[in-house]
Amino acid sequence: MKKVVLVGNGMVGHKFCELFSRHPKRADFSLLVFGEERRPAYDRVHLSEYFANRDADRLSLASTEWYADNGIALHCGESVTNIAHEKKCVTTASGQVHTYDYLVIATGSSAFVPPISGKEKKGVFVYRTIEDLDAIMDYAETIKSREGASATVIGGGLLGLEAAKATMDMGLKSHVVEFADRLMPRQLDERGAAVLKNTLTDLGLGIHCKKNTAQIGGNGSITHLEFTDETELKTDMLIISAGIRPRDELARQSGIDVGPRGGILADAQLRTSAPDVFVIGEAALYKGMIYGLVAPGYEMARVALGTIFADADAGTMPSTIDMSTKLKLIGTDVASFGQVFTNPEEARTIVFNDEVSRVYKRINISNDGKKLLGGILVGDASDYNMLHQIVQNNMAIPPQPEDLILGVRGGADAGAGVLDLPDTAVICSCENISKSQMTGLLDSGEAQSVKDLGTCCRAGTGCGGCKPMISDLVNSYLKSQGKVVRNLICEHFPYTRQELRDLIAVKNIRTYDEALDQIGSGNGCEACKPPLASLFATIYMETANPQAAIQDTNDRFLANIQRNGTYSVVPRVAGGEISPRHLIAIGQVAEKYDLYTKITGGQRIDLFGARLEELPFIWEELIAAGFESGHAYGKALRTVKSCVGSTWCRYGMSDAVTMAIELENRYKGLRSPHKLKGGVSGCIRECAEARGKDFGLIAVEGGYNLYVCGNGGARPKHAQLLAGPIDKETAVLYLDRMLVFYLRTAAPLVRTAAWLEGLEGGIDYLKSVVIDDVLGLNAEFELEMKGLVAAYKCEWKEAVTTPALRARFQTFVNTDEGDDTLEFVGLREQKMPKPWN
Amino acid sequence: MTTTTELYKTVDLAEVSTWYKAGKTTQFPVGAGATIKYEDKQIAVFYFPRQEKWYACQNLCPHKLENVLGRGLIGEQDGVPKVACPLHKKTFSLTTGENLNGDCPAVAVYPVKIEGDYVYVGFAD
Ligand code: SRM
Ligand SMILES: Cc1cc2nc3c(=O)[nH]c(=O)nc-3n(C[C@H](O)[C@H](O)[C@H](O)COP(=O)(O)OP(=O)(O)OC[C@H]3O[C@@H](n4cnc5c(N)ncnc54)[C@H](O)[C@@H]3O)c2cc1C
Ligand code: SF4
Ligand code: FES
Repeated sequence: MKKVVLVGNGMVGHKFCELFSRHPKRADFSLLVFGEERRPAYDRVHLSEYFANRDADRLSLASTEWYADNGIALHCGESVTNIAHEKKCVTTASGQVHTYDYLVIATGSSAFVPPISGKEKKGVFVYRTIEDLDAIMDYAETIKSREGASATVIGGGLLGLEAAKATMDMGLKSHVVEFADRLMPRQLDERGAAVLKNTLTDLGLGIHCKKNTAQIGGNGSITHLEFTDETELKTDMLIISAGIRPRDELARQSGIDVGPRGGILADAQLRTSAPDVFVIGEAALYKGMIYGLVAPGYEMARVALGTIFADADAGTMPSTIDMSTKLKLIGTDVASFGQVFTNPEEARTIVFNDEVSRVYKRINISNDGKKLLGGILVGDASDYNMLHQIVQNNMAIPPQPEDLILGVRGGADAGAGVLDLPDTAVICSCENISKSQMTGLLDSGEAQSVKDLGTCCRAGTGCGGCKPMISDLVNSYLKSQGKVVRNLICEHFPYTRQELRDLIAVKNIRTYDEALDQIGSGNGCEACKPPLASLFATIYMETANPQAAIQDTNDRFLANIQRNGTYSVVPRVAGGEISPRHLIAIGQVAEKYDLYTKITGGQRIDLFGARLEELPFIWEELIAAGFESGHAYGKALRTVKSCVGSTWCRYGMSDAVTMAIELENRYKGLRSPHKLKGGVSGCIRECAEARGKDFGLIAVEGGYNLYVCGNGGARPKHAQLLAGPIDKETAVLYLDRMLVFYLRTAAPLVRTAAWLEGLEGGIDYLKSVVIDDVLGLNAEFELEMKGLVAAYKCEWKEAVTTPALRARFQTFVNTDEGDDTLEFVGLREQKMPKPWN
Repeated sequence: MTTTTELYKTVDLAEVSTWYKAGKTTQFPVGAGATIKYEDKQIAVFYFPRQEKWYACQNLCPHKLENVLGRGLIGEQDGVPKVACPLHKKTFSLTTGENLNGDCPAVAVYPVKIEGDYVYVGFAD
């Protein structure tokens, strides 16, 4: 049996162990591992998550038991101090001597601390290990009470920005100091960095570029930084993130060759200058570079292991190493891929720069227009995975390369889809899984989902950046194989929402239990209860009261649950029109129950902080004052926003308020796959933002233009013109039809815009259904809407006047006491829940 | 963010020293949860009518330390009864307390028995 000794139990060292444990010839070798840190390997890439919970176990890559179970001897907290490569043995800090047949060095790197005077002061840290983070958190605790406590990070690179965001999340005012003239100088060009800087400044980060720190000031503890330009920055703590230095000290003193600027010299099979000694990970200097990313480190582990085991397909390191990166965590997208910087002789550059929405995209195209060489994405990196693949696989690009970042104007899909990628394309680079490996698993039926792929071959389980692409691959591949990707509700109902709807209607199923018995299996779960509740609501116009137990939490208590478990109360204020008398009534209720009040983005008033047991009392009073439920809690019609329109506005072309009130009252209580919002504007100035809504009417010469399927939110979409100009009655008729069509066919939690996107034929098809009646269902749609409108009742009124329904609003079953753990703090003249830490 | 998880420790049936009478069965919702107060603890009690089973766990969600689990939806996953927190939908097994869809710490679970018309929750203190 051959003996392998591994020095270093970091991310790459652990990857080596993991591959070792799975190797078919594993029995021919023993493996002995020394790690200087006191715990087994953990996930440094996600180190910042430690701030959220301070739970080291969550970062752990493997336990000591895993090592024991796999017959790998692991010694944590024991560093190797000498390598005698002529004698093939190592010595450890405690004096143990071990011989080896093969030695693998995976000592990683340490944070580089420039020789700034004052760096030994209290409150100065680096950002590399769990212990560093513990020290940072402990120190932050001690300075938090100071007025305007602040933290500064030296270094505006990938890690520095991550560290800065972490200090910001700790509630500190945060600054980043960068020596270069811009942020992320290695990944971004000037314009990209400028866009990033603006975004981060908006987030509240102080950004100081072109600053050379001369001195860390303070008496014992840091109080400020002094720069060479004689300016100063006050700060209560400092994190230095000015780059990494490979830990080559062990090799250096043992006479193994290192590079002039550090790093243990490695050949394409990761051999060092000493026989049978290998180096992998951040300690290795390969092709004149240190690679501070896990993917190349993992590749090194694979190649070194294959070489040691003398595998036929051991391979060698590729001659160029992909340094594409996507920044995580900072509250905006930043990515760079391939060749980021090019000069005009070798490439032309296409730039998209939107200063308002802070999006910058740059792609570098070979001068013959045939190849994508690389690029930068700031503010919106949704195209990253695909662009990265195009570069990696040298794929052909569209004749108008700008389509790659702008999309094809005119609807069709830009460039390549995931199915166009070559079979060899590596989709998950952390685990080195290619497209064909995944399609193979999908073909054999071993995997049918992203989750399955993760279990079968670990794809997507590393940094997770490739997950959107894997999900695309699963969907489009299965579809292309004629396997329909059906959005099944859950394990209890093997149907889509539309199929379920038809079954429930045809079989006249009235309750969730009946549905489980007749068309489902098992006993149900939180995934299938709310969609079924929504179906009962739209098929039978049932309120959320009779089957409260299957409603989503908010519907169950007819109120939105807040951060601390209290609730909000939103009465309907149709069209946003409210009389002084009603305003006063709301004010009185809010004052009496000490509720935080705020005007919402939906033109109405939200009262926050009601305790569960107070809800029926509050609503009793609101109902007496003439209010009804605003359904702010339901996947239902929310609001129809209006502008003041022709009644007062000098430009108004129609009475937008009356129209909005009529529409809101028509569709109030209507439950749908996702929430529904409307808007009515009195002229094309569009003050009601009607085109940002699921349906919007804009008054024009000769009536209204009717727009449908828009939304705000995370993926804003303008509504598209369905018809116009049309009169009021026709607008309502078209809306009735379109809404019922949506209620019947959309999947759960799909808003109208996404629904329309998924409709083959898009808006033209929708027009043909709603206007030309190609399905011949319009009469049925209209009748159905009529029934739903007629059956409306205020569910809050129903709940407060029916004792059996009212009983559920109780904090404890066994006592009338309220929850005494609730804590509020003052907020201007009102209150808010005590913040989470 | 108002109380700590240290208050709550899973109680095995064998360890029960006090059967606390929590209320009449009819006071508890069918197919959902309700909360009881026992000394300084808040305990969520769930009734699964289809299986004719009762379960109890701490009301405190370990994710953000809010007292809300009793108001979550309940269901079953591969035969394991679970509750989904109403705040961010972390799901917890009601037999072992473990977090089924993430890596939150487990919640403490407590034995429940029905005698006559009453629901009893078992404590070890
Ligand atoms: C209160 C309010 C913010 C405010 O203080 O102004 C608000 C608050 C919430 N919004 Fe909103 N949204 C509010 C107006 C909006 C608007 C503005 C509007 O309606 O004109 C939008 C963009 C327009 C749109 O919806 O297209 C908006 C887009 C969202 C989204 C994104 C929807 C999307 O399709 O992308 C969510 C998330 C979701 O529904 O999945 C959301 C979700 C939420 C939730 C329900 C999050 C939650 O589950 O707790 C918040 C609950 C509030 C509560 O407890 O009452 N809220 N939300 C506004 C209530 C309006 C009302 O009177 O009912
Ligand atoms: C905050 C942060 C965020 C990051 N984000 C990303 C990212 O998003 N994407 C990405 O690809 N990369 C990221 N990285 C980089 C990534 O973590 C490293 O590339 C990776 O950890 C390198 O693995 P390694 O095993 O070579 O070194 P390490 O993980 O540093 O492990 C080396 C280990 O060897 C030990 N050791 C050193 N000398 C000895 C000795 N003489 N005897 C015994 N043990 C010794 C060290 O204590 C250490 O535990 C990030 C790093 C940090 C710090
Ligand atoms: S934008 Fe986000 S934080 Fe603000 S109310 Fe809407 S969901 Fe809540
Ligand atoms: S508080 Fe329970 S899931 Fe977040």
